[in-house]
Amino acid sequence: MSFLADYGYIGLFFVVSVVFALTTVLIPQILTALGVIPSKPSPAKSATYECGMDTIGKSWVQFNFRYYFLALLFLVFDIETVFLYPWAVAFNKLGLFGFVEMVIFVGILVVAYLYAWKKKAFEWK
Amino acid sequence: MDWLRWIIFVVIILAFALSFVMAFILLERRIVGKFQLRPGPNRVGPMGMLQPVADAVKILLKEDITPAKGDRWVHRLAPIVAFAPALLVFAVVPFQGKGPGLGFSLDQPAALADLNVGVLYIVAVSSISVIGMIMAGWASNNKYSLLGAMRAIAQMVSYEVPLVLSIVGIVIASGSLSLNSIVEAQSIPFILLQPLGFLIYFLGATAEINRAPFDLLEAESEIVASYHTEYSGMRFAMFFLGEYAYALGVSAIVSVLFLGGYKFPFGLLPQSFIWFLAKIFLVFFLMLWVRSTLPRVRIDQMMAFAWKFLLPLSLVNLLLVAAEGVSTIGFGWAAVGINVILAIAFVVIWANRFYRVKGVTVG
Amino acid sequence: MALRTEPIVVNMGPQHPATHGVFRMRVTLDGEVITDLEPVMGYLHRGVEKLAEARTYTQFIPLTDRMDYLSSMSNNLAYVLAVEKLAGVEAPPRAQYLRVIMAEMMRISNHLMAVGTFLDDMGAFHTPLLYMFREREKLLDLFEMVCGQRLTYNYMRIGGLSHDIPPEFLPALKKFVRDMPGFVDEYDQLIRENEIVLARTRGVGVLPRALAINASASGPVLRGSGVKWDLRKTDPYLVYDKLEFDVPTGAVGDIYDRYRVRIEEMRQSVRILEQAIERLPPGEVRSDVPHLVHPPRGEVYGHIEAPKGELGFYLVSDTGIAPYRCHIRPPSLINLTALRDMVLGMKIADAIITLGSIDIVLGEVDR
Repeated sequence: MSFLADYGYIGLFFVVSVVFALTTVLIPQILTALGVIPSKPSPAKSATYECGMDTIGKSWVQFNFRYYFLALLFLVFDIETVFLYPWAVAFNKLGLFGFVEMVIFVGILVVAYLYAWKKKAFEWK
Repeated sequence: MDWLRWIIFVVIILAFALSFVMAFILLERRIVGKFQLRPGPNRVGPMGMLQPVADAVKILLKEDITPAKGDRWVHRLAPIVAFAPALLVFAVVPFQGKGPGLGFSLDQPAALADLNVGVLYIVAVSSISVIGMIMAGWASNNKYSLLGAMRAIAQMVSYEVPLVLSIVGIVIASGSLSLNSIVEAQSIPFILLQPLGFLIYFLGATAEINRAPFDLLEAESEIVASYHTEYSGMRFAMFFLGEYAYALGVSAIVSVLFLGGYKFPFGLLPQSFIWFLAKIFLVFFLMLWVRSTLPRVRIDQMMAFAWKFLLPLSLVNLLLVAAEGVSTIGFGWAAVGINVILAIAFVVIWANRFYRVKGVTVG
Repeated sequence: MALRTEPIVVNMGPQHPATHGVFRMRVTLDGEVITDLEPVMGYLHRGVEKLAEARTYTQFIPLTDRMDYLSSMSNNLAYVLAVEKLAGVEAPPRAQYLRVIMAEMMRISNHLMAVGTFLDDMGAFHTPLLYMFREREKLLDLFEMVCGQRLTYNYMRIGGLSHDIPPEFLPALKKFVRDMPGFVDEYDQLIRENEIVLARTRGVGVLPRALAINASASGPVLRGSGVKWDLRKTDPYLVYDKLEFDVPTGAVGDIYDRYRVRIEEMRQSVRILEQAIERLPPGEVRSDVPHLVHPPRGEVYGHIEAPKGELGFYLVSDTGIAPYRCHIRPPSLINLTALRDMVLGMKIADAIITLGSIDIVLGEVDR
């Protein structure tokens, strides 16, 4: 019971932190409405900052971010680590068997890792 | 009773986070000033102690600007997404353990909720802020912001794996995911038992909270102010505070996982939250030291460093700890000796190989 | 797997933290990689060359201070040397030695600034810069002793110097010369032994030897590419032919080499200072030159090895009190022309530190 209650408390705390963040952002809005904070919008002020020049072209483009393979590998290895956690908690109970099994599991991934390295997946394209 | 406890802890955490964030901002400027042969801010209040207050008031009274070409709603939402999870980290951090401590004793661990999956929770929560950064970078419709957001993803993709793998060693040694049990298990601080794990975690965490030498995300000389270029006033402050709140969070987690949290080293003195706070400052000082010493790495070098250097090392660390757990060595002083020597050996050998492969160019 | 990606065009500058003034790079990026770069300059153009035509020869000296404001003394020197060549006068020996002392102090001060801001561009968060400011401060104090100014000195005159050095100058300079090598070693370690600096600078922003010569680069940029070319050796002026020093050169022409050259040049400058202090003769510091110089009709090109490279003044005289035409060859502008070739195919971060390694001052580039 207390197991679930803990999550409840954290859920409520999450609500508190979001409310906290929202109020912090809303206070200036209220102060603006009250005229404490200046509000003098102008086209130049709301223009995109690009070192004082007008922007050339658009910035919402198909960006070539050059690490597609790394992003894919990240998914594989992140899932691997998630599998490692339950094993680590039960490590003392599993004993040698668990250890050997996990060595095999990690070993398979290491092979994949080495393959990726050889294929230069860690280099920037 | 439980509700009262919850309210008390919410207040404690908010007060702790905000006061420490303020203190960190001031300390960072003062300490870095000392590193750089200058006094740092020393005008507002005694020894400049009111500087963060003055800054907060100033930033509160700034006009709120939304770029005309940007995505209005995502732009407004991003700071909240980046900031709110920063506080969540502290929900599971134990400030003091059960039983007698220095001055007073407690009937249960002093944490808002001592989750039995605390470590996983922290790993999950602490990577949410990246989403806020991506939102900010995309919504600003600014090229520097865009580059910053892409770097944020690159950083996350690189450092998450070694970071998480380095904690697995801790979990093996303590047999639990609850942060309180991890602290209790540290009769020998894990930094001695798993020095390699500590190094990897510390490096990974530095990258996760975008501090030097991995502050690519805020590389001022390259992409101006990165994803918060187009923010002003309180919204900018949210990013700024969130960043320091994460720095505080990481300091706290490092103290809990590796430095024995609220315990005094080797139990020479009774446990107390004071030791915990002192350790937080120690870890933060270490970060400042690194920041004021090292230049920034390049983005592809950073990725290569994470994938080719830290990941193999973290696997080695994992196997080492597991092998010790299975064998008769266990997690005692014998393991400390072996691990310290092996950690030094591995880092030296691997670093040499890493840098000699292609001259001195990383990766 | 072919993914469609679009290049973006980013304005780096004029108001950018890393352009050391108001310089603009119009960069085309494919992801983080630079596919094209177009330098745009002229934001700080003040028409210095034209102004020279409306000033007497002496009146123009303060304006040269404002070109490369990080090495004003060298600008003074280059200009007065050109005028002296034109008018056929020569400074007395004491002035010649003092000019060498000033020029070498200026070189150290400039290189400190160059290395400091370069590491700053690399993201070292001001620490190296502020350490270098510590030494630069001592030099600025020395300059202040001599001429009362810390940035724009206006100390050289046609036919000598405006006045002699004060008595407290030499002891202070001797102390500086004694201490400086230790500090240079400290900075050298910062560059040579820092793994991140090595990874960032080796093989980045390479300017091959042939290209360096073709781009008529000069100064540390040229010497970093392995060309042993130093006007103090190849076309000696003042008393440099009587002083002993080496000309350091790099091997590859990358950013690392350029900075090794700068560090080494600081050591050599200290060496020159030591010798110059020792041999400093007594006597006048200014020969008898009238206030209004009327040089004979003709034209002349006078150049010196300024800290940033070859600084040349081309003067044409029509026997009037002002030059008929004055053209300046600023080293940073010429060195900057090679920027595009150095950074194509590199990442943004590399372009920034390459720009830093060229060591430009916009006051000089735009004039």
